[in-house]
Amino acid sequence: MVDTRVDLCGITLDNPVIPASGTFGYGYEFGVLYDINCLGTFSFKGTTLHPRFGNETPRIAECPSGMLNSVGLQNPGVDVVIREELPRLAGLFHKPVMANVSGFSPEEYAEVVKKLDRSAVSDMIGWYEINISCPNVHGGGMSFGTDPNSAAEVVRAVRWMTEKPIIIKLSPNVTDITEIAKACETEGADAVSLINTMMGMRIDLKTKRPVLANVTGGLSGPAVFPVALRMVYQTAKAVNIPVIGMGGVSSAEDVLEMMMAGAVAVEVGAANLVNPYASRDIVEELPAVMAKYGISRLKK
Amino acid sequence: MKQGIFTVTENRRLTPTTWLMKLSGEVRGISAPGQFINIKLNGHFLRRPISICDLSRDSITIIYKVLGHGTEEMTHLAYGEYLDVLTGLGNGFSRGDAGDKPLLIGGGVGIPPLFLTARLLDPKPTVILGFNSAEEMFFVDEFKRHGCRVIVATADGSEGIHGFVTNAFDELISRGETFTHFYTCGPEAMLRAVYDKVYKEAGISGEMSFEERMGCGFGACMGCSIRTVDGYKRICKDGPVLRTEELPW
Repeated sequence: MVDTRVDLCGITLDNPVIPASGTFGYGYEFGVLYDINCLGTFSFKGTTLHPRFGNETPRIAECPSGMLNSVGLQNPGVDVVIREELPRLAGLFHKPVMANVSGFSPEEYAEVVKKLDRSAVSDMIGWYEINISCPNVHGGGMSFGTDPNSAAEVVRAVRWMTEKPIIIKLSPNVTDITEIAKACETEGADAVSLINTMMGMRIDLKTKRPVLANVTGGLSGPAVFPVALRMVYQTAKAVNIPVIGMGGVSSAEDVLEMMMAGAVAVEVGAANLVNPYASRDIVEELPAVMAKYGISRLKK
Repeated sequence: MKQGIFTVTENRRLTPTTWLMKLSGEVRGISAPGQFINIKLNGHFLRRPISICDLSRDSITIIYKVLGHGTEEMTHLAYGEYLDVLTGLGNGFSRGDAGDKPLLIGGGVGIPPLFLTARLLDPKPTVILGFNSAEEMFFVDEFKRHGCRVIVATADGSEGIHGFVTNAFDELISRGETFTHFYTCGPEAMLRAVYDKVYKEAGISGEMSFEERMGCGFGACMGCSIRTVDGYKRICKDGPVLRTEELPW
């Protein structure tokens, strides 16, 4: 028998598998396909203070072993999430959920966390994942995640809004990701998660124009896995807070590789979009793959 | 939505750029004409969303146009090959509002989802089919075989009415014909022209099937959202069929 349980900031997960924000909605699309309680947890769709339509279409471009997206944080806004999405999720999911939060100023991030934390559904939330790394919005998102001072400012703003663990989601589009991670740790972040998507673009030879209406987008999928793994390894060495690894994870083997690089838990993103059962399949395959490599427990 | 393994039982060229493929497998996930399937191809990360042209107890017929690497690859699939397919995606056309004189308007590779719709409608619809040229025509006889009156328009005048589907519609209206409801699918420029002509000018409500680049095809990624009068809608999940009243055009 192997033990797949892990600890994430004081909360025990049955396994380290966490569908990543933006690939799992608010759980409902997948909850009708399989029992999502098999997951460690999941990170819900990036939520902002106000409803957002996001960018114009096309928002998706295929790449070798991956995809670009420029969705641009489409979401119904925190009030609707509290009023409609989370109550609906309560019927499907009985574990603490990870609340992914985005904003355009430190105050906005703080306001969203505050609203969620003081809502009737706050008991459903186990962690806040603060997205300072969305490459697809202007004047917010990634601009906070590419400078240690700005990152620190966001952590400071949200830190005193909640007693729940705060996870800062980091951008790979920086010279040295460990600097940003260290700045977040200093300001009291409980964990960091990485990597968000890598900025890229494609051009359509027929139209001679960028495929994405937003011109650039974020690359995800197996193409980014080695880069993500390297950054997880470097960050885990540089900070003393837990690191959640993500970026192109598509199999139980990838999960173990991420954990060997220093991750305490692992998020699965683009794989969910290609195979809606990907996260469940990884959870199911994990014990056998652990046994194959002589791993009996995952807890650090 | 259902995931299943399908077997290729037919894959043949219909026109220089358009192919027909028949896939055999479990079809119980499909609930309406106008829905689509999402096909995983080896060597390609994202699936290929393609509308359902026809359906039997154990097979799906699709018609696809070779537009890029993925669809080019599909032309090489041989009899007996297996494909991982998500079925029953999207809302599809509603048949309840058809009335006694329904009209179908299809352009190019937008025609396939109208075929199953035509087959299921009773009374049979009038069908306007638009193509660039006679060389690109397909399925005209199949619609006729199922009792539809078919009017063809070609942009170059090589067959039928010289012009667009809206020119064909004008001719019908000028002869005093009336319609109760319409269903359409085609390139966006055609959809906009049909919306202006048939809905705005002639006052006939209808349902329009949209195409968009998709990530997942089942409502998770928000990759294919468009604005409607009821807020944003995902083409893959809340569509691909939208009612004329929902469009902010």
